[in-house]
Amino acid sequence: MTNSTQTKLYPEIIEFIEECLTREHPESYLISILHKLQERHGYLTREHMYEVAQRLQVPASVVSGVSTFYHFFRLKPRGRYAISICLGTACFVKGADKILEAFRKKLGINMGETTKDGLFSLENTRCLGVCGLAPVVTINDKIYSRVTPQQVPDLLSRALAD
Amino acid sequence: MRRMLHGMQIRGCTQKMKTINLIIDETPVKVPEQTTIMQAAETLGIHIPRLCYHPHLSLEGACRICVVEVDGARNYQTSCSTQVREGMQVRTNSPDIRQARRDLVELILDNHPKECQTCERDGQCELQDLAYSLGVRERLFEGKRKQYPIEDSSLSVIRDSEKCILCRRCVRVCAEIQGVHNLTQMHRGFNTVVTPAFEAPLMESVCINCGQCINVCPTAAFLEKKSTDEVWAALADPAKHVVVQIAPSIRAAIGEGFGLPPGTPATGQTVTALRRLGFDTVFDTNFGADLTIVEEAHEFMQRLEKNERLPLLTSCSPGWIKFMEHFYPELIPHASSCRSPMMMLSVLTKTYYAEKKSLDPENIYVVGVMPCTAKKFEAQRPEHYMENQSPYTDAVLTTRELVWMIKAYGLDFTRLSAGDFDHPMGVSSGAGDIFGTTGGVMEAALRTAVAKLTGQALTDLNLTQVRATEGLKEAALEVNGKVLNVAVANGLNNAKIILEKVKSGEKTFHMIELMACPGGCIGGGGQPYPPDGHYVLDPEILKLRASALYAIDQGKKLRQSHENPYIIKLYEEYLKHPGSELAHRLLHTSYSPRYPKGIK
Repeated sequence: MTNSTQTKLYPEIIEFIEECLTREHPESYLISILHKLQERHGYLTREHMYEVAQRLQVPASVVSGVSTFYHFFRLKPRGRYAISICLGTACFVKGADKILEAFRKKLGINMGETTKDGLFSLENTRCLGVCGLAPVVTINDKIYSRVTPQQVPDLLSRALAD
Repeated sequence: MRRMLHGMQIRGCTQKMKTINLIIDETPVKVPEQTTIMQAAETLGIHIPRLCYHPHLSLEGACRICVVEVDGARNYQTSCSTQVREGMQVRTNSPDIRQARRDLVELILDNHPKECQTCERDGQCELQDLAYSLGVRERLFEGKRKQYPIEDSSLSVIRDSEKCILCRRCVRVCAEIQGVHNLTQMHRGFNTVVTPAFEAPLMESVCINCGQCINVCPTAAFLEKKSTDEVWAALADPAKHVVVQIAPSIRAAIGEGFGLPPGTPATGQTVTALRRLGFDTVFDTNFGADLTIVEEAHEFMQRLEKNERLPLLTSCSPGWIKFMEHFYPELIPHASSCRSPMMMLSVLTKTYYAEKKSLDPENIYVVGVMPCTAKKFEAQRPEHYMENQSPYTDAVLTTRELVWMIKAYGLDFTRLSAGDFDHPMGVSSGAGDIFGTTGGVMEAALRTAVAKLTGQALTDLNLTQVRATEGLKEAALEVNGKVLNVAVANGLNNAKIILEKVKSGEKTFHMIELMACPGGCIGGGGQPYPPDGHYVLDPEILKLRASALYAIDQGKKLRQSHENPYIIKLYEEYLKHPGSELAHRLLHTSYSPRYPKGIK
C-alpha cells in the first residue's frame, strides 16, 4: 500500500508513461510499461505497480491481475543465475521433472523462487524450440542439452565459475 | 477505466433493426437483430440455465452453463453471448445438451466444498439450485480442491475463496456499477482467485463495504460479517437495555424474506417481531432521518447564504463516504458534516434518551438493522465512539440477518400484528421514510429547505422531479427567484459522472444526493436475496420497494421533517436549535482521505 505520493519509479519509466498518456487508450499500454519496468528493475514490486496504476490511472486490481496472469512477469527478484528448466512436452517425457527435482533439492528452493544468497533462481519455461536436444536447461543465456539429474551439481559450479 | 456494457447496449438500442427469424426447440420466433439466443429463448418462455450471466453486467461467457446446440456449429454455443442469425436452428434441451450442462455443473462442484447444509446460503444458492434442477445427484469427479483461508479482515464483508466459482459477477459489479474496481482475478488456471489488488486483505483495500458483491454472488463466496451472535448475547443479558432501530428501507424489503411480494410494506410486523425477539426499546431510524434533514437543511442554508462549499454532498451512505475518502478526497469539504441517521439516533439513545430514562449509557446496547453492510464499518469508525471508548452503535444487523433471527426464533412473520415504535424516537415524518430510496433524501431535504427559505411549505410535497429509479437525475427548482440545481446519483459509477461535472465546472450544483447502492438503500448490500422471478439490480424490484416507501409517505399526515413534534421537542428540551454547539458535538462528524488512493 502506498501512503505517499513520493515517487519511486525510474525517470525513464515515468517518461514512458507520460508519453503513453498522450496516445489513444493509454490503458492499453499497461503491458508495455510493465515490460519496460521489469527490464529496468529485474522484477515488478508492489510499490512500483501501485505507482504505475496511479500514473496511468488504471485500477491497481487490473495491474495485479495482469502481472500475475502472464508467466513472463516476475514478482520476486531474480537470482544472478536464472535457471530455466524446459517443461515442454518433449523435455518432460525425457525426464525434465527429475532434473527440476534435482535442482530443487540441491538449491532448497521451489519453482519461481530465489536462493537466500540471491545467486540462483528457478524458473519454468515451455518449449524452447530445440526439442532435439531435450531435456534442455538454460542458465542465463547459456543452453545446456541432454541434461541428466547427475549433472546438476556440475552445472551449478560451472555457472559460478563463469 | 470504462468498460463496455455489451448486454445493456443490446437492450438499450432503439434504432430501427432488422427482424431475424429463427427456430428454437422447433418453435419459430422473430426477434430484432443483435438479440442473443438466451434473450430470444426467453420470449418463448424458455429459461436457459445460467450462472455467470447477469442482465445488468457485461457479458462474461465464462461458466458455459447456458450452452445450446446450434445447427451447423462445431461446438455448443453459449446462448448468453451468441447473437441470433437468420434461419438459425437452436436446441436448448436435447439429451446431449442436458448432459453437457450437468457435466459442467459437476465439474464446478468438484472444486467446491461439500458443506451445503452448514453453508450460510443453503437454500438460497444459485449453484445448489442449478445442481438440483439439472439433476446432479452424485459427485462423480473428485479431484484436487482449492484451499484458501476465509478472509475476514473487513468489518463488513467476508470472502471465502473456496466457495468461489470464478463467475466474476463480483468483479463486474465492483467495476461497472460501483466504479470501485477493487476486485480482480489474480493468477491463472487452477490458482485463479478473486481478490483485491495484490491479494490485499479487504480492510486494506479500496473496498467501500457496499456489499454488492454479496448480492450478485451466486454462492457464499461473499457474505456479510455476522453480528447475530453478539445480538443474541445482548438480548440474553438482563443487565443490558437493548435498543434497536430500523432503517427506512427495511420495512420495504423485509417481507420478501418471508415470502411476501416485493413492495409489501411491513413496518408494524417488523416492530412486533423485534419486541418478541426481546428488544427492550424499538426506535425508528426515520426519526434520525428527520433530524438529519433539519441539521442538513440548516447547514445547506448557511452554505447557500455564504455561497461556500457548494454543492453540498449528502453523507448518509457510508459506502459513498468511504468512496469519497478514497477516490475524491478533494471533495471532502463539500460533504455534509451530518452523521448518518443511524448514527444520530444511536448517539441520542446513549445521551438524550439515557438521561431521560436515567439509564447508564454503559448498560445500553444499541442495535441498528440496516439494509447495508457498510453500516457495520461505519459503526466502528473511531469518530463514532463515545469518550469511554465504546461505540455508540454496538451492533449492526443486515435485513438478511434479521430475517434469519426471526426465523430462528420461530416467529411466523406474516401472522404478526402491527406494533408501534417507542417514544420519543419512534415518530417520523414521511420524509424520513423516503430516505430509503434514491432521491428520497433530496426530496426530504428540499421539503424542509424550501419551507425554511421561503417561509411557506411547498404547494405539492411530492417532488417527482427528483424521484428516480435510474442511476442519475438532475433537476432545477426555483426558490425565492433563485434557481437551485440539484442532482441525485445512485451506484457510484453514476456518482463519478456527476462529480466529474462538478470538478470540471461543466455544471454548478447546489446540492447532490449520493447513494452507493443502485436504487439507494432499498438496493443495499444487506437486503434479502430477491425472490424467484426477480434478480439483484432488477429495476422492477427496486421500483416495487420504492413504491412501498412512497405509499407510506403519502399515507402520513406528517410529511416534513421539521414539523415532527418529537424533533421540535428534542430541540426545545435538549439541543436548543439546529447547528447549536451541542448539536454539532453530538450530530456532526468529519472525514479524512484514505489509502490506497482510488483510481477514478
